Amino acid sequence: MATKAKGKFAFSNIFRQQIFIPLAALVILVVFNLIADPSFFKITLGTNNAGYPILSGSLITILDYGSELAILAIGMTIVTAATGGQDISVGAAIAIAGSVVLRVLCGNGSSDELQAPIIVAFLVSVVVAMLFGAFNGILVAYFKIQPMVATLILYTAGRSIAAWINNNELPIVNDPTFKYFGGLIPGIPIPTPFFIAAICVLIIFLVLRFTTLGLFTQAVGINESSSKLNGLNPTLVKFLSFVILGVCVAVAALIKVSRLSTINYSVIAKDIEMDAILAVALGGNALGGGRFNMAASILGAYVIQFLTTTLYKFQVQSDALPAYKAVVVIILVVLSAPKTREYLNALGKKISGMFRKEEVQA
Amino acid sequence: MKGLKNKFKNMSDTSLLLTITIVVFFVMYIGAMIFLGQGFLKPQTFFNILNANAALIILSCGMSLVMITGGIDISVGGVTALVSMCCAVYLDQHSGNVPMSILIALGIGLCFGLVQGFLVAYLEIQPFIVSLAGMFFARGMTTIVNTKPFNVENEAFVALKNTRITIPGMGSYNKLGDYVNAYVEVGVVIALLVVIIFFCLLKWTKLGRSFYAVGGNQQSALMLGIDVRKTKFIAYVLCSLLAGIGGYVYFMHVGSGSASHATGAEMNAIASSIIGGTMLTGGVGNIIGTFFGVLSLSTIQNIVSSAGFDQAWWTGITVAAMLCIFLVVQSVVLARKKVSK
Repeated sequence: MATKAKGKFAFSNIFRQQIFIPLAALVILVVFNLIADPSFFKITLGTNNAGYPILSGSLITILDYGSELAILAIGMTIVTAATGGQDISVGAAIAIAGSVVLRVLCGNGSSDELQAPIIVAFLVSVVVAMLFGAFNGILVAYFKIQPMVATLILYTAGRSIAAWINNNELPIVNDPTFKYFGGLIPGIPIPTPFFIAAICVLIIFLVLRFTTLGLFTQAVGINESSSKLNGLNPTLVKFLSFVILGVCVAVAALIKVSRLSTINYSVIAKDIEMDAILAVALGGNALGGGRFNMAASILGAYVIQFLTTTLYKFQVQSDALPAYKAVVVIILVVLSAPKTREYLNALGKKISGMFRKEEVQA
Repeated sequence: MKGLKNKFKNMSDTSLLLTITIVVFFVMYIGAMIFLGQGFLKPQTFFNILNANAALIILSCGMSLVMITGGIDISVGGVTALVSMCCAVYLDQHSGNVPMSILIALGIGLCFGLVQGFLVAYLEIQPFIVSLAGMFFARGMTTIVNTKPFNVENEAFVALKNTRITIPGMGSYNKLGDYVNAYVEVGVVIALLVVIIFFCLLKWTKLGRSFYAVGGNQQSALMLGIDVRKTKFIAYVLCSLLAGIGGYVYFMHVGSGSASHATGAEMNAIASSIIGGTMLTGGVGNIIGTFFGVLSLSTIQNIVSSAGFDQAWWTGITVAAMLCIFLVVQSVVLARKKVSK
C-alpha cells in the first residue's frame, strides 16, 4: 500500500518536473520514428575515405549536429534567466568569430601553411566574441535596453562585420588537423563536436555546482530590485551572462568553421539563434527570466536536432523544414502553456475524482 | 529658454521621442542636400525612397501597434513573402484576377493574426515564441507553395504594377534635358492611407487609447475596466492584417514571387519603429514617428551608398550604428527626464 502511494506520488510529480517537457517531446519523436521507420535507430560501424573507423546513422548525426546547438543553449539559458530576454545575434556573432579564426589562421592570403597555431586562433576568437558579448551586455545592463532590441544591432551588423574582417574573401584552411574539431579525430569513431559539447556541459555543471553563478542569475532574473537589496549587483550579473554567451559562441563558431574549412558569411549559422531560443523554450524555461534548468535546455537542443534529422529523413526540403518545425513548436508550447496546464489539471482532477468515487462505490 | 525647458519636462515620452526622430530626419536629409547635392536635390529621389519602402511603412505601422501593447510580432517578413508567393502563383499559374488576389492577401494576413492573437492573448504564450513559429511557418510554406522565383505576367496585374501617379509641380530635368514629372506608385498611396488611419485610430479612438493603457501597465488597464485580452488580440490581428496588406504592396513593387523576398523585413520594421520612438516595453510610440523612422532608415542607406561606400557591408554597419545611437539616446533622455522629475 505504501509503495503504491509512493509510486503514485512520483508519477504525478514527474509531470511537474521541468525536464518532463523535453523528455516527453523526445519520447514522442522516438515512438514516431519507431513506428514509421525503425531503421532510423540503426548505427553502423564503417570506414571513411581515409580508412579510419566511423560510426554512421541518424542518431550519430543528431549527436554531431546537435552539439553546437547544445553549446549555444548553455549560454542562451543563462542570458534568458538573468535578463528575461534573448540574444538574437548569436548567428551573426558566430560569423564574426569564425571569420576571426580564419583570418588568424590564413593571414592575408590562402597559403597552404597555417600562419598561427589553431589554439591561438581559437583564443583570439574567444576574446573577440567575448568583446561583442560585452557590447551587448553593456547595452542591456548599463543602458537598460531590452535584450532583443539591443542584440538587434549586432544581428544587423554582424555578418557585415564578419565579411569586412576578411575583406569579403573566403579563405580556405588546407591543414587536416583543423578538420578534427568539426569532423573526426583519426581512430575515434564518434564525431568530435560531441566531445566538445560534453566538455562544455561538464564545465557548466561544475561551475553551477561550485559557484554562485546559478543562484545569482536566478535571483536577478526573478526580481532585480530585491536582489539588489540583498547585496547583489544585477548590472554586473547581466553583463557577465552576455560575456559567457560570447565564449559559447566562439566554441560553436570553431566547430562550424571546422566543418567547412572555410566560411560563407551570409549562410553560416543562419537561423541558429531561433533554434537556440527554441531549445531554451523547449527545456521548459520561462522566457521571461528567473528559474532555469540547464539539463533541460541541453536536452531541448538535442531534441530540436532530433526533430530536424527526422524531418530530413522524410525527404523534407531544407527550405520547407521551418514550416514543420513551426507546427511542432506551436503544439509543444500550447501543451506546456500554464493556461492549458491549468485547464488540463482541472480536467485531471475531475477524472481522478470520478475514479475515487468508483473505488468507494466498489 | 526656461519656458522651453519646462515644455521639455512636461512633454510626454511619446511626443518627446517623436520630436527627436523628426528633427534627426530633417537634419539628415537637408545635410545630404547640402553636402552630397546632385541626387538628393531631385524630388524624385525622395519619392523613390517612398516607392521602395511603401511596404515597409505598412509593416512598421503594424509592428508599432503590437509594440505599443508591449508585444512583438516577428512573423511579418515571412507573411510578406508568403503573400507575394501565393498571389504570384494564383495570378500566373491559375490565371486569377486582381481583386481575388487582394482577398487572398488579406485572408492570409487575417489567418495569421487570428491564430497568433489567440495564442498570445488567450493562452498567454510568449509573443516572441508564437511569432517565431509564425515566421518559420510562413517561410516554410512559401517554399512548399513554390520553390523557384518567377515573374508575374498577368496583364491586369502588370498594368496595376506600372501605374504611376504623377505629382504636379514637382519634377526635374534628366540627362537628356527632358522634363520628367515626379511620380509615386499605388503602394505609396495605400501606405499613406494606412499611416493616417492608424494615426487617427491610436490618437482619438477608445480602442487606440486602450492599446497604450495595456502596454503601459496591464494591471491598471485591467482595473480601468479594459478587456486586456481582447485588446491584445485585436492588436495582433491588425498587425498581421497589415502584414497581408504590406505583403501585397511589396508584391506590387517587385512583381514576382520568391522564397527569399522580404528577408529581414521584420528586423527592419522593428528598427524603424524603434527609431520612430516606439519602445519595446510598451505604452510609448507614435505612428507618425514610425513613418519618419522608415524614412530615416532608408535615407541613411541612400546617403551611405551615394557617399561612395558601395560595398554591401557598409549598409548593415551604418543601420546598426544608427539603431545603436538611437537606442542609447532614448535610454539616456528618458533616464534624465525621470531624474529631473
